[in-house]
Amino acid sequence: MRWDTVIGLEIHVQLSTVTKIFSGASTLFGAKPNSQACAVDLAMPGTLPVLNSKAVDHAIMLGLAIDAEIPSISVFERKNYFYPDLPKGYQTTQLERPVIGKGKIPIVLEDGTIKEIRIHHAHLEEDAGKSLHTGDFDSELSGIDLNRAGIPLIEIVTEPDLSSATEAVIFAKKLHSLVTSLGICDGRMAEGSLRFDVNVSVRPNGTNELGTRTETKNLNSFKFMEEAILLEVGRQIDILENGGSVIQETRLYNGETKTGYSMRSKEEANDYRYFPCPDLLPVAITASHLKKIRQTLPELPDERSTRLVADYGIGKSEANLLAVTKELSEYFETVAITSKNANQAANWTLGELMSRLNAANLPIIESPVSAEELGILIRRICDDTISGKIAKQVLDAIWKGEGTTDVIIKERDLKQLTDTKALNKIVTSVISDNPKMVSDFINADPQRRKKKLGGLMGQIMKRSKGQADPKRANDLLSHKLHQIINGEGN
Amino acid sequence: MHDMSIASQIKALKTREFSSAELTQHYLDRIKRLNPILNALITVTEEKALDSAKKADRALNGDNNNELCGIPIVHKDIFCTQGVRTSCGSKMLNDFVPPYDATVVKNLAEAGTIMLGKANMDEFAMGSSNETSFYGSVKNPWDISRVPGGSSGGSAAAVAARMTPAATATDTGGSIRQPAALCGVTGLKPTYGLISRWGMIAFASSLDQGGPIARTAEDCAILLNAMASFDHRDSTSLRLPEKNYKDGINRPISGCKIGIPKEYFTGSLNPNVEATVFDMLKVLTDLGAKLVDISLPNTKLSVPSYYVIAPAEASANLARFDGIRYGHRCENPKSLEDLYCRSRAEGFGEEVQRRILIGTYCLSAGYHDAYYRKAQQVRNLIKQDFTKSFSKVDVIVSPTCPAPAFKFGEKSDDPVKMYLEDIYTIATNLAGLPGMSIPCGFVDQNPVGFQLIGDYLQETRILNIAHCIQRETDWHKLSPEEPS
Repeated sequence: MRWDTVIGLEIHVQLSTVTKIFSGASTLFGAKPNSQACAVDLAMPGTLPVLNSKAVDHAIMLGLAIDAEIPSISVFERKNYFYPDLPKGYQTTQLERPVIGKGKIPIVLEDGTIKEIRIHHAHLEEDAGKSLHTGDFDSELSGIDLNRAGIPLIEIVTEPDLSSATEAVIFAKKLHSLVTSLGICDGRMAEGSLRFDVNVSVRPNGTNELGTRTETKNLNSFKFMEEAILLEVGRQIDILENGGSVIQETRLYNGETKTGYSMRSKEEANDYRYFPCPDLLPVAITASHLKKIRQTLPELPDERSTRLVADYGIGKSEANLLAVTKELSEYFETVAITSKNANQAANWTLGELMSRLNAANLPIIESPVSAEELGILIRRICDDTISGKIAKQVLDAIWKGEGTTDVIIKERDLKQLTDTKALNKIVTSVISDNPKMVSDFINADPQRRKKKLGGLMGQIMKRSKGQADPKRANDLLSHKLHQIINGEGN
Repeated sequence: MHDMSIASQIKALKTREFSSAELTQHYLDRIKRLNPILNALITVTEEKALDSAKKADRALNGDNNNELCGIPIVHKDIFCTQGVRTSCGSKMLNDFVPPYDATVVKNLAEAGTIMLGKANMDEFAMGSSNETSFYGSVKNPWDISRVPGGSSGGSAAAVAARMTPAATATDTGGSIRQPAALCGVTGLKPTYGLISRWGMIAFASSLDQGGPIARTAEDCAILLNAMASFDHRDSTSLRLPEKNYKDGINRPISGCKIGIPKEYFTGSLNPNVEATVFDMLKVLTDLGAKLVDISLPNTKLSVPSYYVIAPAEASANLARFDGIRYGHRCENPKSLEDLYCRSRAEGFGEEVQRRILIGTYCLSAGYHDAYYRKAQQVRNLIKQDFTKSFSKVDVIVSPTCPAPAFKFGEKSDDPVKMYLEDIYTIATNLAGLPGMSIPCGFVDQNPVGFQLIGDYLQETRILNIAHCIQRETDWHKLSPEEPS
């Protein structure tokens, strides 16, 4: 039997406010445990929450970016459960009246088609602290770090519109791009700034009724998310094909061991006893405030992509890749302007530069090669000063901080050999030094001769230390060989 | 000294009739003598008080403009006091010393008041008799075999026994007004939001409101001036223009329309209490006020809806007392669940546990709509009753409690009977309105109270009427014989 996969996501986005959602404590990552937890975060008796209006503004920005309904009133509620890193014994969150209503996020699938993923709602809430255990889980000491307690989160809940792990990853990357472009989240997934819960179910191909779903919680990388979905889909299909039934449960995925396991079943689920938090007033969002926020909204990835195509004439798929972050597209634009060749700028930025950055695990803003320098390098390719191959060497040298494009070309004498007389000399000597290759070429079927040219070209490049202008050298070589074939001699 | 009102003590301090140090020492002496009998205070901060009094005297000799400078006060042990144990009447917080002051405490300290100590109270303000305190019951100074009321029983008894000229208190369902009535003193619960709840340990956040207990309406006005303030740390705090609550308390009240809700004069009301209330109505009409019959038809629903909403909020508010970060922790917990269960079972008394259970039940899946949601709807109806009435009258009056103080143990085995103690006071909290209790006579030598309910932010109005009554009557001047 063939199966269809149905996926819905819940995404926790840590908002990059300076202070916490209900207290004045700092949200900076990586501080000494409990050094950024004030009396409110510790839920000391008599303390009260005060809503950070910046968190609401961040939520509004997201709402506007995903074309969502933004109700004029939203309400914070208490979600009651006991846990050592939940100091109040309840989490302040939203349930019945979230800050952001229905919205949508379009994604571009691998085949280039656009699919709209519906957003059910997005709500504001506070993060919990962290429980730390020494050694293994059963060891005697547990510690609680409340630095994270009270960090503002926005939880985005999608409809079950995603139908594969690949789609889910495309969506996740799009969302990452969106929230970082808005500047409401730093996007640092390793620090937990963006965490994904995936709801997965399968159903026989072509049917409409949803199968029983499971929720795998807290995936903090695109890779783990993809692996976890594939694993869970496989697990569910195995169960169903063996006549069993999927149990509704909450699961965890271990990215190290590549295994998933059950955390709790539906029967063990808490009754959270939600009710409106009497310490906080309903949040009112006026039309004029919405207007104000809309005016401050930065350029979003889709708008940016459209503009890059229009302004620079690059392809849509390159534009989509470059538009993912503001920093990357700004980098590209500088390269394009400096080099005066937008297509080459896109290719070099997305290709040579990105692969070096990825290998070094560096973000674009920390690139050792400035956009101006890459632009100049491309210009040197375009004006035939150097070949693309040499340019890669020059890029490596710039990357290592060995100098600028022009200095490196000059000092290392990398300038392309374009002088016909000098090239002629090299071509002639290669022909006379390689009679076997020449005769192979001459004796080859005319249609296959082109292929035989490679060996001789390799010799030319070797003899010129890679500096021969490949196009001119190629022209000269084939011209000379044809002269030999036609018996024209020298 | 101790029979003077705050207003008179202020004058005496200004004219150097006595110093704040002398006044403070006088009250500390009385506390030393009376507290072992009455148990009104959990903690006495003698050294701190004498130190503050010396500072106040220096300020008084300078050019200090704070009206309350040098006046001693007692804080209900629900208000956090920096460096001074704040127990909330519970074993759970027996060792809890807050690193911060409640806004009310801070405001009164900045006004120059001298903290004498912390007042006993029902555990987490849950009770109407002070019998639920971990530190033992407070005795009613008028008859030590009787309860002082609750939950601010320690505050009311301390004022009544002249152990302090004033005390802070809190009122969630009548916890200022009922003990004030039962101890023969004057207490004011302001409009919800007028006094900051920061540092006031929460029982039911949407109902809790701090306020003063003193001897006279005028003293309450003076105290309110210092206590009320907008507080950015309390989201439900009201931002209002500055106001002197003493202004206008002498205004003549002739022509004032007094609403008499018929629902408050039926059922369990003790006929002798009713008679004292009628005597007060006579005082009012003699002053030219007009009596208007009104109806608050949903009054009968106030106790049941309160006992859903208040426990529901309390069940969440008290979840933080889990034995993890502060407060009572059981010995040798075997697991996390064991730590929670035993810490809470040992740290909380019976009534607190009862209310947590009621609240948890009311919010549970399947019961939420039938109880919590329904109670909130009733709350709106009760508010509407008042809104309608205040379009016709200036204030509403009633007895504060259906009967005078009862004996210890009389109602402690029957929670519902105990809950009905607050039948006349609870609706005010549900609506968020200001309410007051002033002494209005005695039934079998036990004081009873007269309640005045005002429209939103009409504290001046009820203080004005109460003050005019107190100019004509002496009930508030009487003090109990010193128990020995």
